[in-house]
Amino acid sequence: MSAPLLQIENLHASLVTRYRQLDLLNGVSLTLDRGEALGLVGESGSGKSLTTRAVMRMLAKGFQVDGEIRFDGESVLGMGRERLRRYRATDVGMIFQDPRAHVNPVHTVGDFLTEALVRDRGVPRAEAERRAVQLLDEVGVRHPERRLGQYPHELSGGLLQRVMIASVLLAEPRLILADEPTTALDVTAQSDVMAILDEQRRARGLALLFITHDLELANACCDRLAVMYAGEIVEQGAHVYDAPTHPYTKELMGARPSIDQRLDRLPVLEYNLELHQELKARS
Amino acid sequence: MHSESESGAPLISVSELRKVFPAPRGSKGDDVVAVDGVSFELHADECLAIVGESGSGKTTVARMIVGLESVTSGTVTVGEHDRSQPPKRLRDRRERAREVQYVFQDPYSSLNGRQRIGDVILGNLRLHAGGSRGGRELRGRAQEILDAVGLPQRFFDRLPKELSGGQRQRVAIARALAADPKVIVLDEAVAALDVSIQAQILNLLSDIKAQREISYLFISHDLAVVNQISDRMIVMENGQVVDGGATADLLANPTHPYTRALRAAVPGPGWKPVRRERLAS
Repeated sequence: MSAPLLQIENLHASLVTRYRQLDLLNGVSLTLDRGEALGLVGESGSGKSLTTRAVMRMLAKGFQVDGEIRFDGESVLGMGRERLRRYRATDVGMIFQDPRAHVNPVHTVGDFLTEALVRDRGVPRAEAERRAVQLLDEVGVRHPERRLGQYPHELSGGLLQRVMIASVLLAEPRLILADEPTTALDVTAQSDVMAILDEQRRARGLALLFITHDLELANACCDRLAVMYAGEIVEQGAHVYDAPTHPYTKELMGARPSIDQRLDRLPVLEYNLELHQELKARS
Repeated sequence: MHSESESGAPLISVSELRKVFPAPRGSKGDDVVAVDGVSFELHADECLAIVGESGSGKTTVARMIVGLESVTSGTVTVGEHDRSQPPKRLRDRRERAREVQYVFQDPYSSLNGRQRIGDVILGNLRLHAGGSRGGRELRGRAQEILDAVGLPQRFFDRLPKELSGGQRQRVAIARALAADPKVIVLDEAVAALDVSIQAQILNLLSDIKAQREISYLFISHDLAVVNQISDRMIVMENGQVVDGGATADLLANPTHPYTRALRAAVPGPGWKPVRRERLAS
């Protein structure tokens, strides 16, 4: 049996200031197999983004990280500078919530897409452009040749997010980290972007770590779900959506308004940190 | 509180509303028609939702109603007053603020970072309900309003930066209530909030509506939220109203293709994402 593609073991991350220590991740353990999609679900501040940042080793200097992250058996925390650069550039691709914040507004879409190929892999420019056009076409961008000459501000959010997906796919990674990729989009654009991501991921056999606050969306696009609360994973597995067992997951699912039925009052979450600690102490 | 003269007369009536933004200077582009012939009515004690994708013009309609955007053509009537022209004098602006208040999506940018929470409410009270009232009475009233939105005494002297997103949105709602308006426009007011906080704010909005005679114009792209809060909804696409009716009916049996497409894009049990090319069919 080969090692899982991504293995996070007992990951702790704390922010230490002169006055106090903030424990933001408290023993996160996850595994992700090749070609598998895992939805990491939680509310803001639960540590989902922090976990992905730790996987990319993008946490700020002040963080104390403890635990183990392995990519294909290799320790990510132990990577040297050059290996880390290659790891970020070719092994793992990342898609962010706000694509506009992650593109250089003075470079064209074509420059953005081909830069890494031309500079780092020595692909001739014409060949890089040909690949970019083909990928844009695959992710459903119409008139891909024309898009190469356009600037990010000329594209809508949904279109720009598709360009981001294309740019990630161009690097041919084995794992995609998608951090709330559709939160800034409309429902229709969300459905569109997720369908493209899902389709391309399956076609290429890529693993996906999908970060979202939307349980229903995660359930539709992932094989397994993991629910985070206060820097911990409270529950994970394929059962989470249909048969949640943890009280936090249950309450979270109940609090979301439904499109089919209107409630007099929405149930309000009673789960809190105190309860969380108590529950942990008991088990 | 003085209520509407006669039941049945709409609080807000919008007729053939149109907004054209001129093409950017120097560009060869065309003018942008953001709102194109929109008509609807908002009645007393009602929650009307405007739904649509971004760019469909729903926010522009709301901004024209409160006078934040000029009207290209068409009319906006609030109560018995024609409100199609932007206010010219400060007095008019304040009078209009007493009719319709606005709660914005982002509670981080809609509050003055240097103003204490109590002062936010006091400021609006002085402007709109002040007059003869003394300082202590106003303060008491401000605290009452903050209590009503679930912010107890200890929040009075806090600054926005000390508050969470949900608490800030409560402040924004309290600020709107301080003007004692007939209508509150809620422009994606719960979109930026976590599920647990969103539930609290939606409950709060229902409570407020149950306690006082107030109408909401609720702008949202989230159909589940719209189903929970609104009585009626209209659907906007490319600046036009394409569909409308009772929220529950419209969502249970959407007939218009655009409404169906919106409805079909909402994740739920058994749902799978669909590419847009295949979505319209």
